[in-house]
Amino acid sequence: MGGNASGMPVRPGQVIFYLHFRGGSLPLVEKTQIMDADTMRRSLIRMAHEIVEKNKGVKGLVLIGIRRRGVPLAERLAQFIQEIEGKAVPVGILDITLYRDDLTTLSYQPQVQQTEIPFDVTNKVVVLVDDVLYTGRTVRAAMDAVIDLGRPRSIQLAVLVDRGHRELPIRADYVGKNVPTSRKEVIAVMAQEIDGEDKVLIKEKPD
Amino acid sequence: MAGLAARHLLGLAEMEAEEINLVLETARPMAGVMERPIKKVPTLRGKVLVTLFYEPSTRTRVSFELAAKYMGADTVSIAPATSSVVKGENLRDTVQTLEALGADMVVVRHQTAGVPGQLAGWLSRTVVVNAGDGMHEHPTQGLLDLFTIREEKGRLVGLEVAIIGDILHSRVARSDIWGLTKMGARVRVAGPATLLPPGLEKMGAQVYHRLEPALEGADVVIALRLQQERQRQGLLPSLREYAASFGLTPGRLALAKPDVLLMHPGPVNRGVELAAELVDAPCSAINRQVTNGVAVRMAVLYLLLGGG
Repeated sequence: MGGNASGMPVRPGQVIFYLHFRGGSLPLVEKTQIMDADTMRRSLIRMAHEIVEKNKGVKGLVLIGIRRRGVPLAERLAQFIQEIEGKAVPVGILDITLYRDDLTTLSYQPQVQQTEIPFDVTNKVVVLVDDVLYTGRTVRAAMDAVIDLGRPRSIQLAVLVDRGHRELPIRADYVGKNVPTSRKEVIAVMAQEIDGEDKVLIKEKPD
Repeated sequence: MAGLAARHLLGLAEMEAEEINLVLETARPMAGVMERPIKKVPTLRGKVLVTLFYEPSTRTRVSFELAAKYMGADTVSIAPATSSVVKGENLRDTVQTLEALGADMVVVRHQTAGVPGQLAGWLSRTVVVNAGDGMHEHPTQGLLDLFTIREEKGRLVGLEVAIIGDILHSRVARSDIWGLTKMGARVRVAGPATLLPPGLEKMGAQVYHRLEPALEGADVVIALRLQQERQRQGLLPSLREYAASFGLTPGRLALAKPDVLLMHPGPVNRGVELAAELVDAPCSAINRQVTNGVAVRMAVLYLLLGGG
């Protein structure tokens, strides 16, 4: 076991992740862990408090998680908000594939998933929830998708990790953790509901 | 599953079960788009779809055009009767002109089997979708039938599906048989001997010459239109006799399972292959098939034109 698909040497105990594409996969090397289950939970509780504080309660408030890992985060935020305010906040699920601006340049075709927003967004305060804020293009697509469903009173953005490198004039209203990164790095948010554990890792693409 | 293997959609015979499943999975969120107040997404903005129909059609052509518009694409529709075809332009020149004009997709219906495949060979950039070729295939109808059954029944595996009537002339029947058998359903076909082509068993269907045994215990019944425009002499004694022996009536349908799903690709000859009252019966999914057809075609357009 001296190598992998890319021919890079592997140290014993080193974890290799693969980013899969049609026609090949790119090995990712784990560098550091930046959040564990406790820090994730504390960050989400703080963000829940901030959401309630900024909006002076939960009146007209709805959360929309962006597939995939924005969804469990939105559900957890809703649960913490309920614990704080004693009121349930509706949660929706948004798939942004049909709104992506990079479909013609991707080397693979993303699968379109169901959007499940069982409430009218018109006149609501919509908090979009995603795991990582990077270029801002996902958020742009999500805003377009939400606006096609109705006319919200406002749209706010909550992300667990803001890693910088924006390509659009977009910022988050609620941030779990700001992490300076290089473009070679990949932020991997893992959620119990999808990955079986809660943690955030920095991985790196090889040169 | 990263996408469809082929660049064109010519028939279900060439598709893997996994690819069919991808189309059906993609059609579900598309159905969600159709339920919105604003039925439009920007996914295929700037793409051009041309419908080129050498045979008449209402639902298939409109369905493709709406699917394209809901996905943000532009559509152009060509009726050969008012095009350069009447000046004697051949098929190859017609489609290569469409490609030169910038068509990203040509949706073609033609009376001759194999035409879409031939067009595909002449085009370097434009994608071809078969909207019905002779007595060969009608893949998007097959896919929408599979989608309708799976939405209504929750599964395809293990279902007993009876396809009844004019099998000989039906490209829908062929696409349905390929699709259903690949997805694990069991297919029975029934019709008069003169309207049963050879080779059905080889496709995986069980053949019946009477309606009743084919209907017994069926989960789904697909009645086919008697294609009167294609009947040659001697295939049928008379329309009345055909309706008497092979027309689906409430009494005959009662042989199927109590929760039977009734489907028909349309247009219906009321009182010939299907008793008029069955068209709007609670077990009938005929109108839902039409609605589902748009969602399935949106999925096909996304998978063939949506980059990647």
